[in-house]
Amino acid sequence: MANVRVLVGTRKGAFILTSDGKREKWEVSGPHFAGWEIYHLKGSPVDPDRLYASQSSGWFGQVIQRSNDGGKTWEAVGNKFVYDGVPGTHQWYDGTPHPWEFKRVWHLEPSLSDPDTVYAGVEDAAIFRTTDGGQSWHELSGLREHGSGSKWTPGAGGLCLHTILIDPKNHARMFIAISAAGAFRSDDGAKTWTAINRGLRSQHIPDPDAEVGHCVHRLAMHPSRPDVLFMQKHWDVMRTTNAGGSWTEVSGNLPTDFGFVIDVHAHEPDTIYVVPIKSDSEHYPPDGKLRVYRSRTGGNEWEPLTNGLPQHDCYVNVLRDAMGVDSLDTCGIYFGTTGGQVYVSPDAGNTWKPIVRDLPAVVSVEVQTL
Amino acid sequence: MIRVVLPAHLRTLAGIGSGDVLLEVQGEATLRSVLDALEARYPTLRGTIRDHVTLKRRAFIRFFACEEDLSHDSPDAPLPPAVSRGAEPVYVVGAIAGG
Repeated sequence: MANVRVLVGTRKGAFILTSDGKREKWEVSGPHFAGWEIYHLKGSPVDPDRLYASQSSGWFGQVIQRSNDGGKTWEAVGNKFVYDGVPGTHQWYDGTPHPWEFKRVWHLEPSLSDPDTVYAGVEDAAIFRTTDGGQSWHELSGLREHGSGSKWTPGAGGLCLHTILIDPKNHARMFIAISAAGAFRSDDGAKTWTAINRGLRSQHIPDPDAEVGHCVHRLAMHPSRPDVLFMQKHWDVMRTTNAGGSWTEVSGNLPTDFGFVIDVHAHEPDTIYVVPIKSDSEHYPPDGKLRVYRSRTGGNEWEPLTNGLPQHDCYVNVLRDAMGVDSLDTCGIYFGTTGGQVYVSPDAGNTWKPIVRDLPAVVSVEVQTL
Repeated sequence: MIRVVLPAHLRTLAGIGSGDVLLEVQGEATLRSVLDALEARYPTLRGTIRDHVTLKRRAFIRFFACEEDLSHDSPDAPLPPAVSRGAEPVYVVGAIAGG
């Protein structure tokens, strides 16, 4: 029977949760890197015991950790993230120019073919790559030099590149998303990029359907259909069927279409999950009820999933990188909250239970099926 | 020998046990020469105390010695004689900033 390993990044360290395929009994390891913010951990699809972790601190900056044994032991590798050339300015919150400054790594996306190659999405927004297992990092500056960078504006969390998706059928095609700039696609291995935001509308920018400026919170893709992407935007849940050529809103009957996470069932490419959050000024679920919503139709028609989730007095948030799925026969769905709970549904969302209840605020959740 | 006292998080990161770090510093003891020696001994500390490129002190890091705040001194200023002869340590301190 396959096993499951859940990699949890929190505001005060990393935790590794492991179980067998039943997903009933869990072992908890951690905190790793106690006291540090762990924005993200992720394993290589080629070598699942090769893990990378982004460790950061307002005091001590960025550290990247690497494990070769599934998280039992770790080694600090390279942490030098220097923009290519003179990075210039982006827009500050009030529209004035603001210098580009590296702050932290939000997301680490290991290559689909080489455990030593990893992409890093950083704040202020840019994409970096290592090809030597994290010892050295180099910016792929074609993104930042797309021409629209001077119009990118930070969201409440900063000007962060938080999503990196690699097309499993064509590794040269990649999708990224930035808050608050939007989504971009590369068809040449991250050398050059195209803004793919047609169809998005955002009221916080002067021109609501501008090419850039949209606060995309998360993108998700099913590996069997890489031209179909799902998006949780600041407000609105969106879908594209042409690799970002145009987007259509699929918020449908959601109680609110604000939220952060979105993910796809491992075996059903039209089954998707979101966690509606009341609003951008009230970062908690509507009515104090923590509900995952599932659509089996690629959006528009949604059903609330509540069995096992708190249905009163719940005011946690679920951040953008804090949902994942396993690929067991009955797909497991996982998410973490800012209240420190990590929930699992071993039956694709029908029932839920907490694996842990009292971790520090959860920033990210990644799931490995071993 | 120059003595350096590091915050707990940096000792853990660099795999340093408890106690002061003892460093041989070539030439005059300054903040720059002490940090150069520290980072040469513990490369994982590069970028955590001062910027990789500009070598400027990170914003929430401070340097104390002999009950004085050296954070805003020139990195090339000589350290106090008591530090140079090993009688007093240089403290690398994380600012009190909550968290």
